[in-house]
Amino acid sequence: MSFALTPERQREAEEIFSRYPNKLAACIPLLHLCQEQHGWVSSEVIDFVADRCEVTTAHVQGVVTFYSLFNQQPVGRHQIWVCRTLSCALGGAGEILRHCEKRLGIRAGETTPDGRVTLRTAECLAACGQGPVMQVDKTYHEHLTIEQVDRILDGLLAGDEK
Amino acid sequence: MLKQVRNLTRSYGVPESWTLRVSREQGGYESARKAYAWPAQQIIDEVKKANLRGRGGAGFPAGVKWSFMRPHPTLPAYLVVNADEGEPGTFKDRTIMELDPHRLIEGCMIAARAIGAHAAYIYVRHELHLAKERLWGAIREARDAGLLGENPLGSGWAMDVQVHTGAGAYICGEETALLNSLEGRRGEPRIRPPFPAQAGLFGCPTTVNNVETIASTPTILELGGEAFSRLSDLHHLGDGGCRLFGLSGHVQRPGVYEACIGLTLRDLIYELGGGMLPGTKLLGVIPGGSSCPVLRPEETVDAPDQKSVLHPWHGMSVLDVPIGVDTMRELGTMAGTTCAIVLSDRACPALALQNIMRFYRHESCGQCTPCREGTGWMERIVDKIVAGTATIEELDMLYGIASNVMGNTICAFGEGASMPMLGFLRKFRKELEQHVRTGGKSSTGRLNA
Ligand SMILES: Cc1cc2nc3c(=O)[nH]c(=O)nc-3n(C[C@H](O)[C@H](O)[C@H](O)COP(=O)(O)O)c2cc1C
Ligand code: SF4
Ligand code: FES
Repeated sequence: MSFALTPERQREAEEIFSRYPNKLAACIPLLHLCQEQHGWVSSEVIDFVADRCEVTTAHVQGVVTFYSLFNQQPVGRHQIWVCRTLSCALGGAGEILRHCEKRLGIRAGETTPDGRVTLRTAECLAACGQGPVMQVDKTYHEHLTIEQVDRILDGLLAGDEK
Repeated sequence: MLKQVRNLTRSYGVPESWTLRVSREQGGYESARKAYAWPAQQIIDEVKKANLRGRGGAGFPAGVKWSFMRPHPTLPAYLVVNADEGEPGTFKDRTIMELDPHRLIEGCMIAARAIGAHAAYIYVRHELHLAKERLWGAIREARDAGLLGENPLGSGWAMDVQVHTGAGAYICGEETALLNSLEGRRGEPRIRPPFPAQAGLFGCPTTVNNVETIASTPTILELGGEAFSRLSDLHHLGDGGCRLFGLSGHVQRPGVYEACIGLTLRDLIYELGGGMLPGTKLLGVIPGGSSCPVLRPEETVDAPDQKSVLHPWHGMSVLDVPIGVDTMRELGTMAGTTCAIVLSDRACPALALQNIMRFYRHESCGQCTPCREGTGWMERIVDKIVAGTATIEELDMLYGIASNVMGNTICAFGEGASMPMLGFLRKFRKELEQHVRTGGKSSTGRLNA
């Protein structure tokens, strides 16, 4: 089955192309747009992006594998990244990560069996003065305590899907 | 000397500081108006007089960088703003984009005019969704108000700004990797020459500057270059103005602070940062992002030579030296992004080193063998030190591995990874050795305070 953007995202794609002097430069923003819709970068998405950017699928594949934020397989409906780099680690990021693993019953890098949450570690999220930090989908949560993590996870696991 | 100012951070804390209305109330776009009435050379001269050193880590003088740009007969010129902010410990650029995006756009107008560009791309790391949203919002407002577009401020100098985003790769902060990423490629650093000023984005003459560097230019045009430079105690060293300082780790008040250059690590940690967490002592401080070699508070300045940059602080603690590009280099470390990471005596240096080396192994792009293999090898040995299975020979080997990465790679990531290694080996040799001898039992066993 081939991939297509929703009409609204298609308009956004056109606006993206208008920002650059060539089509190749739109490759990464277009991949983000597709991933936002599809959840991950499937081979159909790669074909679609290659076609629109007028490059080979091998080029797009090369780009996708280079960047850590492109999902090469399906992920949970929510994604959590716990920063594990030095400033956050000095503030107790290790405990935060272990607590997330325990509560979710998975290890970093895995998705809960119900497909709700994917847990990952992140390298420095540029919020070092507010550590420990985790990003849930598009939102940063800073100055984390175990209690706060519990509240955040309760919200995600209760299934109040937006 | 500690002198706090509110230039870059003028609007921080004002409700809706990210809107054009507030920006204008705070004097926003008045400097761009000036720049558009001046010839390009005059802007460059003013920025040279300001002694504005790049705020992205390397500290190259911005005015000098701009003067490398030569008009090309057929190709356009580009300004690229480095907003990839990924150096561990660094979190200052994000505050500008989130709290005063118009300042960055105004800076883009000034810089673009100076280098002969009509387009700027701001490369923001993907995770910073709020920053991107605020920047796009500000760009829309500026376009609607006629500040960007075909005829900004009636100058006839067409100008537009776009936001571009990465996809999670620290190496894209390196300027040539960033250009590849912006062109839709893998973010692998390029071999130089050609330098970006000769052939950068899309093969065109390009200047890459850090967010804070660009956001400082409205202040330079407001105060005048000379006056800006003289804010700094290191004006005589060609390190001018005020800048953002960040502080994280085991201090009472971590955060981003604006101060004149001249601020010392002691000022930063004990005055602005409120001192160490209760019951802890300062073990070490990494002055400007994790690539900078660590300093210990017991170290003193050894500069008997009158001609030495550091002579005025001869015999004093390293904590009392102003944080500047040249002063920190003379101390054997770097000012970097001037975002310091503070370690207390509750933190184990071996674990801190392990955390840092894991980062660099993870983020090496893998193009150069010394970097790809060296970072992996160093991490494995440090893992063994932590686990208590390393030997003293392996500890010694780390010097050789780190030294062999330096200078043998395409980009400065190689140095960025080996310098902290060498720093820890020099400053924490005793602790690391003890770790090895006792089978990993000598540490506090933790990183958090
Ligand atoms: C591995 C590596 C990562 C870097 N990351 C950043 C970054 O996140 N932000 C930044 O402004 N500069 C970064 N730099 C420095 C840039 O290559 C470049 O020197 C800088 O953007 C120039 O701007 P400036 O002269 O205004 O400081 C990095 C350099 C290296 C080698
Ligand atoms: S030094 Fe490392 S990060 Fe830089 S190009 Fe070589 S392998 Fe890539
Ligand atoms: S170390 Fe976690 S945000 Fe920088």
